[in-house]
Amino acid sequence: MTDYNILISDDSVAMRQMLTLTLSDASYNVTEANDGKQALELAKSQSFDLIITDVNMPLLDGLSLVRELRALPEYQFKPILLLTTETDPEKKKKAKTVGATGWIIKPFDPDKLLAAIRKVLR
Amino acid sequence: MPVDLTEVRKLFFEESFENLDVMESSLLDLEVETVDQELINSIFRAAHSIKGGAGIFKFDHVTDFAHAAETLLDEMRNEEHLITQSLIDLLLRSVDVLRMMLSALQEAGTYDFQEAQACQNELQRALKNQSESEYDKTAQSLSPFAANPQVTEIPQSVTTEESKALATNPGWHILFKPDLSMLKTGNDPINLFRELAQLGDLEVKVDTSQMPALPDLDPQLCYLNWELILHGDVARAEIDEIFEWVEDECELQITSLEPPSEQVEVSPIAPSYDAGDAAIEPVSSKQDTVVQETKAETGLQESEVVTEKESVSETETSVEAVVETDASEGVSESDTEPEVSDTQAVVETAVFVDEKATSTPDIPAPIKTPEVQKGAAEGVSHHALEATSNSIRVNIDKIDSLINMVGELVITQSMLDQIGENFDSSRITHLRDGLAQLERNSRELQENVMRIRMLPISYSFNRFPRLVHDLSAKFGKKIELKLSGEQTELDKTVLEKMSDPLVHLVRNALDHGIEMPEQRRAAGKSETGELHLHAFHQGGNIIIQINDDGAGFDLDKIRAKAIEKGFLNYDEHPSQEQLYDLIFQPGFSTVSQVTDVSGRGVGMDVVRRNIRALGGSIEVKSQRGKGSTFTIRLPLTLAILDGQLVRVGEEIYILSLLSIIESLRIKTELVNSFAGFAEVYRLRDEYIPILRLYDLFGITPTSRKLEHGLLVIVEGDGQKMGLFVDELLSQQQIVIKSLESNYKKVEGLSGATILGDGSVALILDVAGLIHLFQSQIKAPHTRFHFLSGVRYER
Repeated sequence: MTDYNILISDDSVAMRQMLTLTLSDASYNVTEANDGKQALELAKSQSFDLIITDVNMPLLDGLSLVRELRALPEYQFKPILLLTTETDPEKKKKAKTVGATGWIIKPFDPDKLLAAIRKVLR
Repeated sequence: MPVDLTEVRKLFFEESFENLDVMESSLLDLEVETVDQELINSIFRAAHSIKGGAGIFKFDHVTDFAHAAETLLDEMRNEEHLITQSLIDLLLRSVDVLRMMLSALQEAGTYDFQEAQACQNELQRALKNQSESEYDKTAQSLSPFAANPQVTEIPQSVTTEESKALATNPGWHILFKPDLSMLKTGNDPINLFRELAQLGDLEVKVDTSQMPALPDLDPQLCYLNWELILHGDVARAEIDEIFEWVEDECELQITSLEPPSEQVEVSPIAPSYDAGDAAIEPVSSKQDTVVQETKAETGLQESEVVTEKESVSETETSVEAVVETDASEGVSESDTEPEVSDTQAVVETAVFVDEKATSTPDIPAPIKTPEVQKGAAEGVSHHALEATSNSIRVNIDKIDSLINMVGELVITQSMLDQIGENFDSSRITHLRDGLAQLERNSRELQENVMRIRMLPISYSFNRFPRLVHDLSAKFGKKIELKLSGEQTELDKTVLEKMSDPLVHLVRNALDHGIEMPEQRRAAGKSETGELHLHAFHQGGNIIIQINDDGAGFDLDKIRAKAIEKGFLNYDEHPSQEQLYDLIFQPGFSTVSQVTDVSGRGVGMDVVRRNIRALGGSIEVKSQRGKGSTFTIRLPLTLAILDGQLVRVGEEIYILSLLSIIESLRIKTELVNSFAGFAEVYRLRDEYIPILRLYDLFGITPTSRKLEHGLLVIVEGDGQKMGLFVDELLSQQQIVIKSLESNYKKVEGLSGATILGDGSVALILDVAGLIHLFQSQIKAPHTRFHFLSGVRYER
């Protein structure tokens, strides 16, 4: 049982559903955003312990979202994970330079997702 | 992980088809030689989403294919390609292939694998960066469900020999020196250690030598280094995976505890303290002093103090979680001391104990009901319409207004209740007002409920840009498609059933209507033909117009053809409308040349039959050389019709107002009887057969004399007929109840309804009645007039 609030941000309903199912099954509280802009607004209005965001999203892409979040005192140190299909190491480096905690390769196995989250939350 | 994916799977398909639609329409909007970043981005995103989703369900081929398309789009986005028509066409073809693959997967069917492969190869050939095509192999090894979790990147590459040697590894020695700024990316060393402790027994030693003097201390930085010893037969890859996210933000040395020959040289920055538990003691005591001093001197926030002390956690919550105290947020500063010692305790535990006992995330929890999808409000999927499941995504506004409506209804009802409680004649005006309000409420409620079934016609129109694009290329014509009124809403069923007729009409217009560019030039028109699809409301109907500025119909040709096919006599001179009407006759086609697009003879008659089956009508207006306009008139909904109540004896029947042409009192001198089978009524220059409804239904009428009743002239299936009834009653909206699902199908009846007094009335199906009538009179098949009615030789 956890009291953790996780914000997920992805423009794909299926992907969000998949994340929500997996995470709420593991007793995390999940809030969904369908684009980066909405995610940023949600993050400002409430406090999340972890943010998981897609990279390619309309309105505000994942990398910019991380950059914006890191500029907020609230999220300066909070874990932020990028959902990415990029296997290219250069892209991962880019994720790190904007301040992401880590990344989750899409498609993910539910157990591996939870394992990844355990690296940043308990 | 018992996650039910059925729902997700359904969403994936729905969403993927939407994404394909986006790709298609954006591709069509792309202009040759212009890199429209915004547009390419949206196509890229769509392809990317499909790839991501397909991965969840292990649709590997879709994933690979989408990846190829995505890579090409990425290159286009980076301006590595000149946008050419052939590139656009290749991507359009990819959209088709993806659609084919996904439809097949959705229905668990098969698809043309070779076409998919061929298209994928072509995509890969189009790529600038050929090495990307290696993805296939990478993708295989990346498959998330693979039994062996292989990490693709290993920082210090491990050779196979090494891996083998490590198979019986007694453990690992890890030197972990985070960059000062590591905490800023949200990585928390203690979490990493905890994960390591899951793999085996972990010893943790802290090196605090880098800790600066207090005045120089920045609480946001990580000054600590660690030496970790992990005992147990653990694969190197598992350790690498744990450090995967931080490998660029730290110095990391991982060496095997055993074969000394393989030892990696010890780092020069290796901490120089004594091994063993002793190291922990001084650390913790130092930490304690740090805490106190910090509090006293700098007044830093408690959470920050914790952070710097432990160099592991940036927020108090994460520390609490580790410690597993039940303290809620906002621990006061006085709590700092016990917390610190608790934290140490955990660190110490971690040294010796496999922490599995404290990790209980796998307790199965009841699956929470998935949250209502916010996305559901965004619109309705075109493909959701075609999918076998009969679901409909409704705009949230519609639901809201419905709830609003019900609210008002409840208010009206309580108002009426109040009036009824102490009723006397003085309150009769209130009652009347109340009832009027109730009527308004129920009408609005009805309209709102109907709106739920309504979808914007854009779901049908949206396929035309592609169709026009493809066909104009095929015919070598230049055509500009204009769409307007796409937001006009139409009943879902009507929309679905209109899809094929519309495609047919558009194809016809492209094939036969709009001329070749040179012909157009010769005719003094612009080379680019215009096709306009327009939808709008008109008096309770939906009108869809298909207008082209092409050659128009050649009336002489129609006439000649009609005579040739026996629809017309040489001496007949029908009006323009009557001639246009001929093109809707079965077997009538003015096209001399049959193409594979249109003109196969199964054309306009089917179109008209489909439209009529929906209670609609179609007509054409055309001007030679200027173009043609098809106008389709459709009812707003199939569930309700505007009905005319008619009385036959004691029974009440309902006719659709749309089918009624006129009603008249019968002049007996205009009635002709034909021995044995029929009576006809001469109406102006037409002869209309009379059907005595009481005869057909076997009931006793008020009068059998034609002059005592009324004749209702109706039209159905292009033929007219006069229905003999006793009386016309009111006109009202009729809610159609299916006869078929409640009883059985009866020819001549299209359904039933319940009237205001609770009695059931049958709804007459005019086309069916005409059919029934013809078979009943068993007349030698009298030749039908080209337009309507039956013509009898006098």
